Amino acid sequence: MQHDYFPRYEPKTAVGRWFDSRLPLTRLMYDSFVAYPVPRNLNYFYTFGGILSVMLVVQIVTGVVLAMHYVPHEDFAFDSIEHIMRDVNYGWLLRYIHSNGASMFFLAAYIHIFRGLYFGSYKEPREILWILGVVIFLLMIATAFFGYVLPWGQMSFWAATVITNLFSAIPLVGENIVTWLLGGFAVGQPTLNRFYSLHYLLPFMIAGVVALHVWALHVTGQTNPTGIEVKSKQDVVPFTPHATIKDAFAMTVFLILFAWFVFYLPNYLGHADNYQKADPLVTPAHIVPEWYLLPFYAVLRAVPSKLLGVVLMFGSIAVLFILPWLDTSRVRSANYRPLYRQFFWIFVAVCIGLGYLGAKPAEGGYVIAARILTTYYFAHFFLILPLLGLFENPRPRPASIADSVLKPADEVSGAPAAAGGVAAPETRG
Amino acid sequence: MTQSTTADLGADAPDAETEATRRDFLLIATGAFAAVGAAAAVWPFIHQMNPDASALALSSIEVDISSIEEGQAITVMWQGKPVAIRYRTAAEMEEARATPVDDLADPVARNDNLDPAAPASDENRSVPGREQWLIMLKVCTHLGCIPLDEAGDYGGWFCPCHGSHYDTAGRIRIGPAPENMAIPPFEFLDETFVRIG
Repeated sequence: MQHDYFPRYEPKTAVGRWFDSRLPLTRLMYDSFVAYPVPRNLNYFYTFGGILSVMLVVQIVTGVVLAMHYVPHEDFAFDSIEHIMRDVNYGWLLRYIHSNGASMFFLAAYIHIFRGLYFGSYKEPREILWILGVVIFLLMIATAFFGYVLPWGQMSFWAATVITNLFSAIPLVGENIVTWLLGGFAVGQPTLNRFYSLHYLLPFMIAGVVALHVWALHVTGQTNPTGIEVKSKQDVVPFTPHATIKDAFAMTVFLILFAWFVFYLPNYLGHADNYQKADPLVTPAHIVPEWYLLPFYAVLRAVPSKLLGVVLMFGSIAVLFILPWLDTSRVRSANYRPLYRQFFWIFVAVCIGLGYLGAKPAEGGYVIAARILTTYYFAHFFLILPLLGLFENPRPRPASIADSVLKPADEVSGAPAAAGGVAAPETRG
Repeated sequence: MTQSTTADLGADAPDAETEATRRDFLLIATGAFAAVGAAAAVWPFIHQMNPDASALALSSIEVDISSIEEGQAITVMWQGKPVAIRYRTAAEMEEARATPVDDLADPVARNDNLDPAAPASDENRSVPGREQWLIMLKVCTHLGCIPLDEAGDYGGWFCPCHGSHYDTAGRIRIGPAPENMAIPPFEFLDETFVRIG
């Protein structure tokens, strides 16, 4: 995005000038988060990038201090968690923030991803930005999985067993890969120890890819609910104070929800089985992953073949990598795509339905329903999206972002006149 | 090497594009050497994740089976995995034998004591003369859960994770598991002891 709509960084002191000519760090921050122009019509769905950054920091900070008390050993890991809960000062708070923080992190990520799907944020020229986001999502899943194993409860142990065994579906070398991942012939001490190491490593890799994600974002500029690119200074407002304050407000509301879980429902999203110590001889009667992975688990179980099930489960995420080339429509925002808008909400319902089925036992009608929804999931990407772009008649779009905000009667049907620049009328998600 | 001016380079350019020079050779040789070196340096970092010497040292166990009565089973740990040692009843063996191999989802015996291609007949799931003993890794071949004993549609094992049913010879009958449960290498030392591994 063009960067000269608002005054750039000017060092005001001699020290500032001295520093700026040697390391322009302040300049980078100022130009990226103060003078940076953002579309004036961003709604609250566009605040989740900021919320996700905060969640990453929350998880890293609580994780680093929990690591000061946790013991990654098969004989002591489970007890060290209880030690954190009962003996360590504020250990209960730190652990509940960290464990519920993972759920909140995924909640925010899913809203962020579906925001992108609705407003067509993945389309040219933002393909790399989108792909980096999918990479972050994959790293998040890996990190959450490694973290879930560390308490060494029954769910931890059997999640580790089931997920590592997914790789045994690979022809020829599958069994060797599983042994290599586990460091033995079954989940045990070497497995726990290496998962702890990787759980500590991956968040910093996420932070690195987030930096690339933000960089790519600042090259192309943000999308907005109209899907029309910024054309003039009329279309934008400076990041600070407009986006900063809006992000801060959304973050506060989000943190209230987070705090509600931490203080009133700290174990609501977990499983009682995980307060039983890992037992390699007994698999719990009903093993399920955490809620944020249930849709993928439903896909895995919907397929009667082991290899195909694993392929489709990974494929259900991998398809997002090629999404920018599957959607043939030139119109970005679903606000101007009457058919896509409906299919979008059907897709949301299908994803939630798969999540529901992932939590149910794999039998009878649940399996049949999971097969239907899995088929629809892939049809959405490989059939509906490519065809919609060819057959859909998009609604007329406003000439510019400023037009959509300042002349609501022209294009924005049924919305009240916009009161201010930033408060866009199209906040209906 | 020669010192070139800009004019020299311009004059040499057609030759440099078409002919391989000593410089090209050195560049490729250096690059190849560096690639091999990098690959060699990566190997220790990969191989350290494989089972270590202490894990491999636990590769065989001896089990006392003298106290197991007909219809009973015990579970022992071998290489971190549960091994079922089951003294099968005549009815269980009869049921397993009555099943044609053609009806099985996995027609291969998966018995480490036999030829890898041996068919999955009931006899091939045990050893000659001691067919009543089923010694088997009690690990579901789908994703590694521990199946429940004497459960499922075929009276053998049932995996609660993803619904695989095994018969009384531990062979997969219905469900997502691709293979019969594995028979580890074992040997009867005498009437009392069996060595697994």
